[in-house]
Amino acid sequence: MATEALAPSTLKRAGLLVLSDYFVLYLCIGYVLVLSVFLPNVLTPANAADVLSNIWPLLVVAIGQTFVLGIAGIDLSQGAVIAMTSVVMAMLIAVTGNPVLLSKAPIWGVIISEQGGLLAGMSGGILLAIFIGLLVAALIGMFNGFAVAYFGMPAFMVTMVVMLMIGNLAIYLVLSENINQLPPDFIKLGKGDLVSLYFGAKDQSQIPRKIIYSFVTYPMIIALSVTFIAHYLLNRTVFGRYVFAIGINRKAAEISGVPVRKVIIAVFVIAAVCAALSSILYSARLEAGRPTLGQGAFLLDVIGAVVIGGTSLFGGKARITWTFFGVLLFVVLSKTLSIMNLSAFQVDMVKGGVILAAALLDVWRVRLSRELVQ
Amino acid sequence: MSSILALEGLSKSWFGIPAVSNLTFDVRENAILGLIGQNGAGKSTLMNMIGGVVTPTSGKMTWRGQPYAPQSAADAKKAGIAFIHQELNLFTNLTVAENLFIDAFPRRRGLIDWARMKERSTEVLKRLALDIEPTLTVGRLSPGERQIVEIAKALHNEASLIIFDEPTTSLTPREASKLFDVIATLKSTGCSIVYISHTLGDVQKLADDIAVLRDGQLVDQGSAKDFPISRMIRSMIGRELGGFFPPRSQRPENVGPILTAKKISQPGVVKDISLNVHGGEIVGLFGLMGAGRSELARILFGLDVHAEGEITVSSTSLAPGPQARIAAGMAFVSENRRDEGLMLEAPIADNLALVTLSQFSKAPFSLLDFQKLRNRTENVKNELAIQARDIHTQPVKTLSGGNQQKVVIGKWHLAKPRLFILDEPTRGVDVGAKYEIYSQIQRMVGEGSGILLISSELEELIGMADRIVVMNRGEMMGEITSANFDRENILALAFQESAA
Repeated sequence: MATEALAPSTLKRAGLLVLSDYFVLYLCIGYVLVLSVFLPNVLTPANAADVLSNIWPLLVVAIGQTFVLGIAGIDLSQGAVIAMTSVVMAMLIAVTGNPVLLSKAPIWGVIISEQGGLLAGMSGGILLAIFIGLLVAALIGMFNGFAVAYFGMPAFMVTMVVMLMIGNLAIYLVLSENINQLPPDFIKLGKGDLVSLYFGAKDQSQIPRKIIYSFVTYPMIIALSVTFIAHYLLNRTVFGRYVFAIGINRKAAEISGVPVRKVIIAVFVIAAVCAALSSILYSARLEAGRPTLGQGAFLLDVIGAVVIGGTSLFGGKARITWTFFGVLLFVVLSKTLSIMNLSAFQVDMVKGGVILAAALLDVWRVRLSRELVQ
Repeated sequence: MSSILALEGLSKSWFGIPAVSNLTFDVRENAILGLIGQNGAGKSTLMNMIGGVVTPTSGKMTWRGQPYAPQSAADAKKAGIAFIHQELNLFTNLTVAENLFIDAFPRRRGLIDWARMKERSTEVLKRLALDIEPTLTVGRLSPGERQIVEIAKALHNEASLIIFDEPTTSLTPREASKLFDVIATLKSTGCSIVYISHTLGDVQKLADDIAVLRDGQLVDQGSAKDFPISRMIRSMIGRELGGFFPPRSQRPENVGPILTAKKISQPGVVKDISLNVHGGEIVGLFGLMGAGRSELARILFGLDVHAEGEITVSSTSLAPGPQARIAAGMAFVSENRRDEGLMLEAPIADNLALVTLSQFSKAPFSLLDFQKLRNRTENVKNELAIQARDIHTQPVKTLSGGNQQKVVIGKWHLAKPRLFILDEPTRGVDVGAKYEIYSQIQRMVGEGSGILLISSELEELIGMADRIVVMNRGEMMGEITSANFDRENILALAFQESAA
């Protein structure tokens, strides 16, 4: 009898752990701890700093995607928005244009020339360019939302088409070349550090820059601000409740007076604007406007990270904290796999497996929570 | 007559809480057993055990004298037990014949033998006097015809015990009476039947024996001959119910019209409908399935468009869409509770708060005031007597039908509307919960709200309404005040043109 009484309660405790909001965080910590036994050089400040710097831009995009998954939608156009806004901002603020690369591009002589972009050197020019970049993203998001909300088109279809069109438009504008020579103030947004640490003996009067590791950086501040705002928006406001209501039952939401169409449009605008914000971080870090940003397996990283966090693809179940942990796990996974000297292809294969496991876990979690309710 | 299925001490508990305990009774061969009980009485658990979906915790079943312990739905089917559920299990995109043969298509040289399928389907449909081509897509059939196709599927599988679970919920009175003829035919050809329904009159009429479940136990059984409806209700709820309908509330006087619709038309849906609902008044809207009642309700609430006519609330015209109507004090309880009324997966409190969410946001940053939200939803739960453990975590789908409906009414309750459109508010709800919903309606009217009550149960409208508007094929056939309520008259109006 004693074992019978014990078994369900330990089972239940294990169940509650799996259902916990922090499960993915525990998983991540556990993974690193186990791995550090076999690969002691995992836990170095260099790796930690690198993981952190990789988290921030991905986190910002993933937060946008979380809102869209919340209404049971999907946004495949985020990568294209990143590329587009990267090009738009760079061509406006580049200090000089490189005629060898860009003289044949349609924007040459119109927006960018050898004297740099239209807003180059202008006071407040960088802010204006960022504003224009965000505006372009918001318009793309609005188009996505409008097509989904008013024409009833599937989000998958709409955003896939937008991905193709906007992604290729970005490449066409610069004929697939990068726009380099961005102003230092802009680059700071992607690389600038506030707190950096040096781990080592004080035996040199000058410490080389590359062995000082940045922990608190501008991207971190930007990404964490987005995270807090998004968290409150999704969990604590009427808008957030509307997002979940639409995700669970759009018809019931409509009958209950939820402004369904406006909310859907707003959600896609949020996703696109988040993509543009992360585009700032990526472009500044790479010191270039790149039309090929966000291509390839990038969407796999974004949607994968969100889903691993526990957000449901079926809508109505999403949390910004989950997304944060999902991104953390994903970035840690990528980093550790590359430390193990796996090639990029092998890394992606493993990532695919992890996403599969996460999707399976989600199904189990739903079943488990149902059983615990009973 | 011998028993075809005998239950002995059958029990099932979930996590130590009994759902069904110690059931012992027989289903007689070649007879109709009426099984009744409130929602949550254990009928579904019992059916799931017989159907092999749920394994009993203890007790045993005997099928035709042999021990019967089904491990899956397939075992039940093999034994010859078929279920006709409230929600039909048909593929609406496939033909009638394909639906009958869905689990075992006859094959000839590896290809489907369409000729044999058609032949056999025609034969089965003929036995049920359903005159349709087996090559018709099920999606094109009426709800009544679909029900018969479901029965045909059972006959095709050589079922000898057919269990009907609320088969009449989506049928018109005429389709229902046809179904009863079919059930009588089934019995005369040797089938045994278990008939589960909340419509006690039908059970009385159809059944040979009646068994009553309450709180997972068999509380009463006997021959239908000595089982008047009053005894059924007494056994089901464990006490006397004053009657089906609560007394009419004191109505406030001289409250002007709240909702006025003038000459509403939408081609192919409704034509030239004019009606008004005053404060402190229940207007019943009666019509057969497909008469345009629900379509009219959706137009009135701004969910669907109308080509002509004007809708005003308190003499002000409204912007299109439901939001303007909600702001003007309208509320709508859809006939389709699961698809349009509730967020089934979400907690009860979230459902209750949905309509009035914007009232709970506070400056700055318009964050939600969770304390206020908790208190208000808790109040509604108590006021409407919603039976739930914890409304903040428990998903609404775990509630019984009656309690789910109370949640739908409750979410509007918070908005304090002055005009309710209630489309089939008591569908799939048991007697006790029905009475509570009726009491709520009377209370709302007493407080001066106007109610448009749509129902296909005429008794319900006669018992509740002050006026009844009858619709037929999208048109208004007449309006009858409570002094002149007459069953025959109203039915005649509802059937009029379609009979011609």
